[in-house]
Amino acid sequence: MDKTINQKAWFLVLPVFLVVAFSAVLPLMTVVNYSMQDTFGNNQFFWNGVGWFKELLDPSTDLGGRFLASLGRNLLFSAIILAIEVPLGIVVALSMPRQGWTVAVCLVILALPLLIPWNVVGTIWQIFGRPDIGLLGYTLNSLGIDYNYVSNEFDAWATVIVMDVWHWTSLVALLCYAGLKSIPDAYYQAAQIDGASRWAVFKAIQLPKMNRVLLIAVLLRFMDSFMIYTEPFVVTGGGPGNSTTFVSIELVKIALGQFDLGKAAALSLVYNLIILIVCWIFYTVMTNAGAERPEKKGAA
Amino acid sequence: MNTIPGRRIIMVVFLIFLLLPIYWLVNMSFKTNTEIVTTMTLWPHQPTLENYKRIFTDESWYSGYINSLTYVLINTVISIAVALPAAYAFSRYRFLGDKHLFFWLLSNRMAPAAVFALPFFNLYSAINLFDTPWAVALAHCIFNVPLAVWILEGFVSGVPREIDETAFLDGYSFPRFFVKILVPLIASGIGVAAFFCFMFSWVELLLARTLTSVNAKPISAIMTRTVSAAGMDWGLLAAAGVLTIIPGALVIWFVRNYIARGFALGRV
Repeated sequence: MDKTINQKAWFLVLPVFLVVAFSAVLPLMTVVNYSMQDTFGNNQFFWNGVGWFKELLDPSTDLGGRFLASLGRNLLFSAIILAIEVPLGIVVALSMPRQGWTVAVCLVILALPLLIPWNVVGTIWQIFGRPDIGLLGYTLNSLGIDYNYVSNEFDAWATVIVMDVWHWTSLVALLCYAGLKSIPDAYYQAAQIDGASRWAVFKAIQLPKMNRVLLIAVLLRFMDSFMIYTEPFVVTGGGPGNSTTFVSIELVKIALGQFDLGKAAALSLVYNLIILIVCWIFYTVMTNAGAERPEKKGAA
Repeated sequence: MNTIPGRRIIMVVFLIFLLLPIYWLVNMSFKTNTEIVTTMTLWPHQPTLENYKRIFTDESWYSGYINSLTYVLINTVISIAVALPAAYAFSRYRFLGDKHLFFWLLSNRMAPAAVFALPFFNLYSAINLFDTPWAVALAHCIFNVPLAVWILEGFVSGVPREIDETAFLDGYSFPRFFVKILVPLIASGIGVAAFFCFMFSWVELLLARTLTSVNAKPISAIMTRTVSAAGMDWGLLAAAGVLTIIPGALVIWFVRNYIARGFALGRV
């Protein structure tokens, strides 16, 4: 951790700075610019001050109502998938085989959903869930359960949630597995000598050791589920009605569907601000954790 | 490592849950449309390669794969090239604003693509890059460059400082040290970072779709278009889906031990 102070390092960072600034700062400035203006087409813009922001945070207006409703849906969605994926991911990580070729096979299969393009994830579940041609939909319906994700709100939600669990639980599991693997065998031997129960081992050894990776997993899953777009868009298109319209879907509707630049820009900024706050927590967690293990880095 | 009772059953059930939808896609891709629509069969009774044949012979289909691969490769090369020196700087030196810069990079990795869709459309139209692979490649840099920096920084930090110092004492210039010594030492790290840049650019749809119209249309956008236009050609759609899974499935074996690391931005 004895980094030397060297301002010339900026030259090494400069390319990254320029590339990211080009694709982040410039567009963001456009967004800020739009968010203060109104347009009636023909590239004529009018100053609107903070009007859009006021409207955005007022549930009685059309924009505000849509934004807050989609925000609520999105938070509910994030909460549900976290409540399922985190415990399930831990259980799966604990169920990993100890050694041998099965470890590699399990790792590869676990990682498979993570590497599928997001729209194909949507397509897979769209096909899988259809009552007429999909295995899941067909089986459920022949069991007497009336399941149709196109017309029934609850079924649409269930499909989107199961899809997300299918898509991302592996991430939580892989992170936890990485955390578990870093526990030295001596810990378990000590626990055995002490006659600790299975639950005590989990609570006293494994959970504390997984703390950091779990926090990373929760934050990553929160952020990714908070900006989910492609998968629900492909499966349900935000419907039936608006029941699965999350913030990103609403934003794209306003920005690219209606070309309502001012409204979309204001929504973008608020949306980005929420992400930025969570991101800051994430960063603090990560850098604090990094500071805890300097001796490891030095020894490596 | 200590494990839990019934772990084999849990693992098997979970793996089946993961594989079943993928199996269904593969299954459908080998069926004819009549078989898909009229009967419910667990495996193709009249297996056909017709769907795949159509993708490989119809230019509007296979050009999508070429377009996607083009921007993904450009993006991977740019990301790794600019991220390598930066990763070294972050790992070895302290400089004005380094922590803020590191955080700023992370915040861009996490920014919702939907926020950038419209401004990117304006930006790349203004500089005449709209509907070229370069537009998508540059747009994807917003999340891939930070990712590459974060992953590579971890690997560079694993290289002992003494190696740098010895090299400089031996009279290596900085660029020569970088290419001849550092890069070979972290070759596996570069491979992992490249894999993740490739992957995240490959799976992204929203920006890729927004920034292209005809000439550079990615396969994912072609898939969505054909579904709505051709009156649901399920077999073809499934075959196209299977082909998009293959690149990831092929290289996954080589990075299986680094997957957690890549998804957690090199912090595990």
